[in-house]
Order: sequence, then structure tokens, then C-alpha cells
Amino acid sequence: MENPENVIEVRDLEINFHTYAGEVKAIRDVSFDLHKGETLAIVGESGSGKSVTTRSLMGLLAPNAEIKKGSIMFHGEDIIKKSEKDMQHIRGKDIAMIFQDPMTSLDPTMRIGMQIAEPLMKHKGLKKKEAIAQALEMLKLVGITNPEGRINDYPYQFSGGMRQRIVIAIALVCYPEVLIADEPTTALDVTIQAQILDLMKDLQNRIDTSIIFITHDLGVVAGMADRVAVMYAGKIVEYGTVDEIFFNPQHPYTWGLINSMPTLDTASGSLQAIPGTPPDLLDPPVGDAFAARSDYAMKIDTEKEPPFFKVSDTHYAATWLLHPDAPKVTPPAEIVRRQKKFAAMQKPAAPFAKTASKE
Amino acid sequence: MRKYLLKRIFYLFLTLFIVATATFFLMKLMPGTPLQNEAKLTPSEKAAILAQYGLDKPVWLQYFIYIGGIFKGSLGLSFQFSDQAVSYLIGSRMGPSMQLGGQALVVGIIFGIILGAIGAIRKDTWADRLATILSILGIAVPSFVLAILLQYYLGLKTGWFPVAGWSGFAYTLLPTLALAASPLAETARFIRTDMVDVLSSDYIELAKAKGLSKFGIVYHHALRNSLIPMVTLIGPLAAALMTGSMVVENIFSVPGIGEQFVKSILVNDYPTIMGVTIFYSALLCLLLLLTDIVYGIIDPRIRLSGNGD
Repeated sequence: MENPENVIEVRDLEINFHTYAGEVKAIRDVSFDLHKGETLAIVGESGSGKSVTTRSLMGLLAPNAEIKKGSIMFHGEDIIKKSEKDMQHIRGKDIAMIFQDPMTSLDPTMRIGMQIAEPLMKHKGLKKKEAIAQALEMLKLVGITNPEGRINDYPYQFSGGMRQRIVIAIALVCYPEVLIADEPTTALDVTIQAQILDLMKDLQNRIDTSIIFITHDLGVVAGMADRVAVMYAGKIVEYGTVDEIFFNPQHPYTWGLINSMPTLDTASGSLQAIPGTPPDLLDPPVGDAFAARSDYAMKIDTEKEPPFFKVSDTHYAATWLLHPDAPKVTPPAEIVRRQKKFAAMQKPAAPFAKTASKE
Repeated sequence: MRKYLLKRIFYLFLTLFIVATATFFLMKLMPGTPLQNEAKLTPSEKAAILAQYGLDKPVWLQYFIYIGGIFKGSLGLSFQFSDQAVSYLIGSRMGPSMQLGGQALVVGIIFGIILGAIGAIRKDTWADRLATILSILGIAVPSFVLAILLQYYLGLKTGWFPVAGWSGFAYTLLPTLALAASPLAETARFIRTDMVDVLSSDYIELAKAKGLSKFGIVYHHALRNSLIPMVTLIGPLAAALMTGSMVVENIFSVPGIGEQFVKSILVNDYPTIMGVTIFYSALLCLLLLLTDIVYGIIDPRIRLSGNGD
């Protein structure tokens, strides 16, 4: 591993799915790093490959998936090359996962205490009694009231938000280095969402874990993430710090995403949507996959795939618009407004500028 | 819960009453009389015998007399075994039938679960296909055909098992096998479908993400969740066993209720036919009731709603 600050390094990952219709090229040459202690958000619309990417980190791809190429380095070893047996020792212990729907992700016939205790018994070799005792501690940590009275309850006796707390307790009970949260708040209502996000941030500090946060909700990203990677059609098209992505986006797709986010000061009453649909990954388009839906597409976008252009040390975007020879275009008004704010934020120590980052 | 139980018990008796009525009239439609050597009897002798058993009365009157007897707790006397009470007859022959039925149910369910689980875990492999073929065969081949095949090949040809009779555990093996085939197949099919569903559910995904082994996932999470709906199957399985047992007991000369039942039909032993039918129906209804109660006990979600009843 080149950089000791990185917990996970994904390089040139390509994943295909074998289907009756043909090979679906779900992940096309994805590379990213996860830094120690950070929260990396992966955003993108449905089918952009966010979940597939993270499932490959767990070795939990569907049977018809095939990793064509690439490496996932964790602790100096390539996860892709590991056997199922070895992966079982990593899953739940070093890399844990929270799923989208808390209503269905708990075993309905097992007491929740036991469900939390299971990873401890598997990975730490604890006896049932000790494991249950630790599960109780974990229940307290995730904020279940009266944990002693509830540890023997079944999942159906909890509300959705409480269940997601239990799912988080299961994921964190072995203090994993990496936590993958696959849209953990999508199935919850907004007030519960905020509570769960607060809980995750709080626990991240306490047990010092790195989080990969998958979501299509940019509002959630703003409050949670340190860095953001934007995925489109199986590729990362732009990545940078949360401020860079929100206030200085470069890729037309990121523009579209941010533009479609309703804000309190959105002038027009209507929601802005990105026109069109994502491309068919059975036969991905040549060049920039977003070109067909982009108002800013150039001729080269349909001919040649854009490389990553450096915006700053932490900010890269794969769009030909950043090429020195590209014509200057004016992004949508909302983006221009944000870029102005961003420029202001770059100026040191303006005492009231900080409010701009609250989104 | 109590109200529910009382309601179910009322329906149980209603069902039995309807079964008794239907059977009575259907039975009367059967050709022949209980008299064995009818041709040799003079008309007056015949009339005397019929009068002795109350068969000279109109059918509707016989029906009311019979139903009246049931309400007094009597199933009547058998015709063929000179004046043995039908209830005694059933009681004395219950042992072998229950033993066979029980053994077949246990063997069928246990191996059915194993077969079904293998099918689900190894879905779309040769193991799954083999399991599917076995269960289709088990359902398609009637138990009496299987019984005769077993009797011929494993009993007569090889001499490994006794061909027929009832004098020791070895004698129970072939009839048990013949009877177990159908519940085994039904269970295997049911468990496979159910477990394929369960294995694709989110909580199995979470169990995988915990790092549990394949066996751990199946044993701790998939199996229990697949078994819960399985409980509903036990009633119908037992019913299938009862009907199967009649012919199978006959083939292996097992002195059980089923064998007696078939004999009684052949000689028009009306009280025994009625008695055994009612007994079987009652057993089946009870099993179904029990299934529902047990279902409520093992599934924690149903348990709660049951309390509110």
C-alpha cells in the first residue's frame, strides 16, 4: 500500500454482470481511496454502480457478477484475490455494512441481542454470555432506551428508526475499520433520518472508523461527508472535498445533480430534473457517457473518453470542458452562484463566510 | 385467544357432523348388503337379520338413530366381528397405524427438509435438479405402487426386509418407507421454494455481511425462517398419510385401522365404516387446529397478535 493514510485503495475496477441479455458493464474502470477516519460519500442515481462498487469491497457480489480487472487493496492485500473463507474473517470484523431497509434487514425470528452478539461470537470467539453482555453495551451506545429490557425483544417490536439503530449496532459491534452504509436513511422519514445520521457521526468519532456512505440524497451528503465521489454509468466522473463538489462542481452531471436539488432560495417554484435517462450499460456509449443528456456536450464527448483533469490537489473531474482548448461555457445559474460563494470561501478568514457551507 | 379456540372447536364439531351425514348417505348408495351368504337365506331369515340390525327401517330413520347414538357417545357395534363395539375395534387397531404414521411423518419431514435445503442452497446445480426429480417422483408415484415395488425388490427378491406382517420393528420399515415418500416429497418441494425466498432476503444478506459461514447462515437464519411456514404443511401431510395408510397397511398386512377400514368397506360393515371415517375426520381436524395453535407459538409475530384476540 502506497499511502499509509489510505484504508482502502480501489484501482481500475471493472465488474461485469452476466445476464440473458448479455454482459452488463456495471463498473467501468473505477478507482478511489478511502482515507483513515473520513467519510467518503458516493453519490449517483440508481444503477450508476454505487452499490455494486461497495459490495465488491465486501466480496458480496451476486453470483452472476464477474470482476474483470482491478484491485482492492486492504491491509496490503488484494480483497479480490481472497477466498470466501478469508473474506468471512474480514466481513463484519474489519469491514461492516449497514443496509437500506431496516424493516427487512433483521432476522424476524431471532432476538435482537443474539443478532448483535453473533459477529462477536464469530470473530472474537466470545462465549454467548459475554457476547450478549457486549451487545447490551452496544445497544446503549446506539441509543436504545431501556436496553436491558429490550435485548430479548424481537425485531417486530421495534420501529424503523430503532431497527436501523440495531442494524448499526450489529455493524459496529466489532469496531470495524471500514463501515459501508448503503443508503442507510433512504427508508426512514426525515426526522428519524437526522437522528440516524447524527448517531453515525457520533459513533464514527468514538470508534474511529472510516465510512463509505452511498446515497442519492445530496442533502444528506452535505451534512455527513468529508469527500464526495460522483458516479455516473459505472464510472466516477468527479471527486473532491464536500465543499469542492457542492460549490465548485466541474462536471455537467454534477451540475445537473446539484441543480436538481431543491433549496429554500430556489427562485422558480418547479424542480429541476436532468433530462433523459442513463445509458444502457449492456452497450455503454463511447466517450463521455453523460454527453447524450448534457447541454454542454461537445463533439469530442461522443468520440473520446475524457481523462481526469485536476482542479485542485483534492479535486478531479472527468470532463473535456476542463481541457485547455475547450470553449468557456457558463454553467447553470445556481452553479454560478455557488462558484461565487466558493471563491469567497477561498479568501482567508472572512468571519461570516462560514455560513455558506450549511446546505 | 380463548374466544378463537372456542370458535374453532365449534367448527370442528360442525365439520364432523357434515362428514358423518355425507358418509352415511353415500355409504347407503353402495351396492350390496352386509349379509355374506345372502343367496342361501330364506326371505324370513333375511328379514329377521335385517330387523335385528335395524336395517329394515327407512334410511332417514336409520340416519337419525345413528346420529342419536353418536350424541350418546356410541359409534355402534361392528357387523363383521360379532357385536364388538366399533370404538373398541378402532382403539385396538390404533397402535400399528399411529406407529406407522408417526414414523413415516418423522422420516418424511426430516429427509424432506434436508433434500429441500440442499435444493435451495445448491440452486440450479445438478444436486438441485436431482432433488427436484426425486420430489416429483415422490408426489407422482402413489404410495401403493411404491409399496408393491418395495415389497417385491427389497422384500421378496433380496430378502433384506420382511415382506409383510407385523411382528417387530423390522416389519415396520418397508411400510414406513412407502408411506414416507409422499410427505418427504411435499416437504422437500415446500422447503426448497421457501428457502430460496428466505435466502434472497435482506436479513440473509446482513448475516453474510456479519461474516457468518454458509452453514451458519443456513442453520441459524435460513432454516428457522423456512420452517415456520412448514408447520402449516404438517396437517395436510398427516391427512395424505391417513389415506395412504389404508392401502399400504393392506399391502403389508399391517393390523391397523386402515386395513380394517378397507375390509369393512368390502363387506358393507356400516357401523365400522362410519366409525373409522368419523375418527379419521376428527383426527385431521384436531391436527389442523393444533397446527394453527403451534404456528402461533413458534412465530413471535403471530404470538403477539394472538394475545390481543
